[in-house]
Amino acid sequence: MMRYILLVLPCLVAIWAQLYNRIDPRLFGFPFFYWFLLLLIPVSALFILAAYKGEER
Amino acid sequence: MDNLNWPATAVFVFFFAVVTVMGFMAARWKSGPLDVLHEWGLGGRRFGPWISWFLIGGDLYTAYTVIAVPALVYAVGAFGFFAVPYTILIYPLLFVAFPRLWAVTHKHQYITAGDFIFGRYGDRWLMLAVCATGIVATMPYIALQLVGMERVIQALGFHGTGLLSHLPLTIAFVILALYTYSSGLRAPAMIAFVKDTMIYIFVIAAVIVIPIKLGGYGAIFDAAGAVLDKKVADSGGKIAAGLILKPVQVMPFITLAIGSAMALFLYPHALTGILSASKGDAIKRNAIALPAYSVVLGLIAIMGFMAHAAGIKVANPQDAVPQLFLKMFPGWFAGFTFAAIAIGALVPAAVMSIGAANTFTRNFWKPFVNPNLPEAQEAGIAKVVSLIVKLGALLILFVMPTQFAIDLQLLGGVWIIQIFPALIFGLYTRWFSGTALLIGWAVGTVLGTWLSWGATAWTPVSNFFGLLGFGAYNGLTSVIVNIVIAAVLSLVMRSEAADQTVETDYDDRRVRA
Repeated sequence: MMRYILLVLPCLVAIWAQLYNRIDPRLFGFPFFYWFLLLLIPVSALFILAAYKGEER
Repeated sequence: MDNLNWPATAVFVFFFAVVTVMGFMAARWKSGPLDVLHEWGLGGRRFGPWISWFLIGGDLYTAYTVIAVPALVYAVGAFGFFAVPYTILIYPLLFVAFPRLWAVTHKHQYITAGDFIFGRYGDRWLMLAVCATGIVATMPYIALQLVGMERVIQALGFHGTGLLSHLPLTIAFVILALYTYSSGLRAPAMIAFVKDTMIYIFVIAAVIVIPIKLGGYGAIFDAAGAVLDKKVADSGGKIAAGLILKPVQVMPFITLAIGSAMALFLYPHALTGILSASKGDAIKRNAIALPAYSVVLGLIAIMGFMAHAAGIKVANPQDAVPQLFLKMFPGWFAGFTFAAIAIGALVPAAVMSIGAANTFTRNFWKPFVNPNLPEAQEAGIAKVVSLIVKLGALLILFVMPTQFAIDLQLLGGVWIIQIFPALIFGLYTRWFSGTALLIGWAVGTVLGTWLSWGATAWTPVSNFFGLLGFGAYNGLTSVIVNIVIAAVLSLVMRSEAADQTVETDYDDRRVRA
């Protein structure tokens, strides 16, 4: 069950566009919309990794 | 030929020659009997996590993506970034569902989605529907790889007229067809290494050098935002564009991301990449490692903004990235970048033609035309079909306007998503009946096409006959109707057909490589 929660969470954030559809705060000149989505990619990979590790046990 | 960029062209031709030699040599790599279909068409299922990473990545992030995504960002801004949530959604799905598909196909020697569908539901018409959908959706996709290639060849300065204008592309494609014919899936798997290395190099160079020249990322986004805001103002507010989504774009953005993610791994070429893995575990590891490509895709998307900041004004947004590199970098490096993009077209085009050929041979030719086809001749048929498919794609490009190929590819997404219930639900349950799924598929396909076929232009988004208060991706709305119909009809049309598979066949840790 935990495994599915880990996999679904980043997906919900990714499609919740109203959450990140804003310019500020900026990071290194990137508007929030862009740096948030770019950062979400490795974060989602970490969640999949956690699900994978949980599965091994 | 006077305006040919010689340094760029020389570098371009050099790298193209290198991968051509590799493509032919690939036949001897991890060698096996290439006259057997799973050897030619799935590389003998001997690809470990690393090769799978390059192959699946090379297969999904195509030349067309490298051209089209920044083109969309150049044209409308934030909306083009839907590719990022889309590629975030695909990997949890890959992680959960596809090791199951790998296990069951490995256990039963299935090569295509159609093989599995027939084994699971015992319904050959459903298998045929899956096969036909896969082939029809793939053809325009291959054609678009050619579009991507043609853009960079033109950027080198080739401006012939008539048939001559297509000459470089034709040569490149004939070479590709020949080594795919002889080496099968091993050719794109090997070339994918070179292609990805080159793409990573040009992306890293671009994200460092271009902001230095243009005054930093803040300046780039500000300049692009100003250009897009002016575009909106000039249109009297009719065009929706900008650095963030306009309210009217939010639901199309979300539904396109979800629908595209559901569709991606249903394409024959994506399945070919996944099924060629040597272990189910290789797929899981790839679900963790493949997002690295998504970061690259996101950075490439931002090149659409860089083009605005660099003052690139092009009528066709697809020329934005090639022109950006010509302006920002010396000729030889632009040539390197263009070679990376063109080689980036070869890998998916090869895998797509192989995937389409596998399913044609296994799910149409053998069951419907020649049931006595010996195993040794399957690969022979598939090889010829892979040539025909590529020739067909070349013809599409020659005789049809490019816009039509793009429309067809978008429609292809609406079509391919209709096999989602049969394939993905089928990995978990046999509750649905084959006939019910077939009827759901037919209704979904007609409905999705109907919704999309506008009077003047094709549009992937609609408000579903006015029933929705917002725009939604037609692929997603039509597949929901498809699922509802399949579920309701399954209640009344129970299937008597035998299921070749049992639950333990789906556990990738029990099915040994």
